Amino acid sequence: MWKKQVLFIGTQAVRMLLLTFFVSLAAFLLLSASPIDPLQANVGQAALGSLSQEQIEKLQAYWGVGVPPVERFLAWAGDFFRGDMGVSLLYRQPVAKVIGVKLMNSLWLMTMAWILSGAVGFVLGILAGIREGSILDRIIRGYSLLIASTPAFWLALVLLMVFAVWLKMLPIGLSVPIGMEAGGVTAMDRVRHAVLPAVTLSITGIAGITLHTREKMIEIMESDYVLFARARGESTYEIVKNHALRNVLLPALTLQFASISEIFGGSVLVEQVFSYPGLGQAAVTAGLGSDVPLLLGITVISALFVFGGNLTANLLYGIIDPRIRKGGAEI
Amino acid sequence: MEKKKVILDIRNVSVSFEQYERGFRKRKLPVIRSLDVTVHEGEMVAVVGSSGSGKSLLAHGILGILPYNASMSGEMLYDGAPLTKERQKALRGSEIALVPQSVAFLDPLMKIGPQIRKGKKDRASRERLNDIFRGYHLKEEVQEQYPFELSGGMNRRVLVSTALMGSPRLVIADEPTPGLHMDMVRRVMGHFRELADRGAGVLLITHDLEQALQVADRVVVFYSGMTVEDASVQDFQREETLRHPYTRALWRAMPENGLQFLPGTQPYVKDLPEGCPFGPRCEACTEECRREIPVRELRGGSVRCVHAT
Repeated sequence: MWKKQVLFIGTQAVRMLLLTFFVSLAAFLLLSASPIDPLQANVGQAALGSLSQEQIEKLQAYWGVGVPPVERFLAWAGDFFRGDMGVSLLYRQPVAKVIGVKLMNSLWLMTMAWILSGAVGFVLGILAGIREGSILDRIIRGYSLLIASTPAFWLALVLLMVFAVWLKMLPIGLSVPIGMEAGGVTAMDRVRHAVLPAVTLSITGIAGITLHTREKMIEIMESDYVLFARARGESTYEIVKNHALRNVLLPALTLQFASISEIFGGSVLVEQVFSYPGLGQAAVTAGLGSDVPLLLGITVISALFVFGGNLTANLLYGIIDPRIRKGGAEI
Repeated sequence: MEKKKVILDIRNVSVSFEQYERGFRKRKLPVIRSLDVTVHEGEMVAVVGSSGSGKSLLAHGILGILPYNASMSGEMLYDGAPLTKERQKALRGSEIALVPQSVAFLDPLMKIGPQIRKGKKDRASRERLNDIFRGYHLKEEVQEQYPFELSGGMNRRVLVSTALMGSPRLVIADEPTPGLHMDMVRRVMGHFRELADRGAGVLLITHDLEQALQVADRVVVFYSGMTVEDASVQDFQREETLRHPYTRALWRAMPENGLQFLPGTQPYVKDLPEGCPFGPRCEACTEECRREIPVRELRGGSVRCVHAT
């Protein structure tokens, strides 16, 4: 048993290292292949023309223009391995600090969206799956398919228009009120600013979770053990309570943790629409501004989050499912 | 045997499936076409038919748990009164119990004890289950186990235990011994015999004639969705006392009677011959057999054959 666990931890660690390496390499290659000229993008064409050759060279050195890509990547990777994520070229602050601040903003948003989409999606999926083809099922499935095929940014724009522009119930963007001192910002302000982005994110997340849960639920309701439960006189309510819930919970849990990646991906678009200063927006800024250290830092952190989510799902499965827990089956 | 009270009487029952073929054309597929079975109290009746002949549907039909695309017609009487949907709902799990084929019919994530008690935690249910388990020499710890932890021998006893939580007057055993050792089969069959001896009617649905002959009182033979013969177990001692050519063919195919197999297979429901479904394989088949053939009483049993004497 011990040996198995050590082996498991070892495999996961190797996987994580490989993932980090390849993800950062891919991001770096894409960035160095992009046609964006860091000087033009960040200094501006006009300003660039009025600079002296000396100043330009200085700037080029700052943005790493002319250094061979391999050398740049190795330098970054070497520092990263020692725990130094480098300094953001745009923010002129350590990458770790920038990510820390942005992540706190986003995390709050994403957690809200994650819990909301998970809970609502789970309930809707179960309700739909109890009886395939019922009116309730058709409504829920229709809604989910509609939402699943709606682009997140478009939904964000619609919500923005309705709730911020027309109804003026919620702020139009940013994470805190405009022109207010940092000290004067209340928790309520932060919540109000996070509502629209979080709701947008969760609405798009709900569709996927609902459809998947529904699929599992239908499978369960058609299973032999549900048939037998019915043969033993259990009502639909009892069947759902006694059998369906516990059997649908496992796949739902996996799905929930795997959906972290989607929430992360969605947040990039949604934060952009709402000018929400989170990790997603920072990633866009870093990408467009050739801020290599920041972009790589964000990429690696996001990858680790997603990896962590999937790993958690795996571990939870082992804890919850008696067939794995007691049977000693492979995780 | 003295005549006991009829607990289940099924007359001319058919079950059909709705199927879509080539786009949106609906088509009814009759899986069971004409089935007659009677079960008395304390009697064990075996319905014998080859695999895939829709025998399980009979069990599901009696319990009212057929899938939504299946429909059933004919007459079903339970305890003298028609078995309506409402009665089925009220009776299943209490008076009518199903014993399934395998532990695959148990919820893999629910412990055995709570599962058999259907989640009930009251003292009466607990004590009842403890009694049943003692009767089957199952340890109380088994209640705390999950279905996958049971050994082959235990899970049959657990499955039979599920039937006893109510007070069953009719037990339907659907192919309860697939892939079991002969030794094990005898023991499992013993459990069902015991239920019958205690007064319940037992309907054993199986494809194994030999097995049925060891424990049952009567055998109903099923061919291509129809009942062809209803005979007592004693009738199977000699070929001559059997009524239908198919039953006789089954008899000859038994090891102790020479293992003579009849060539051919049962026709698929989609391309049935007119009249007697056994016609194409029957030596005695004549023009009369092409018409619809009624069931008739014969020598204390019944048969669906114009030539039987």
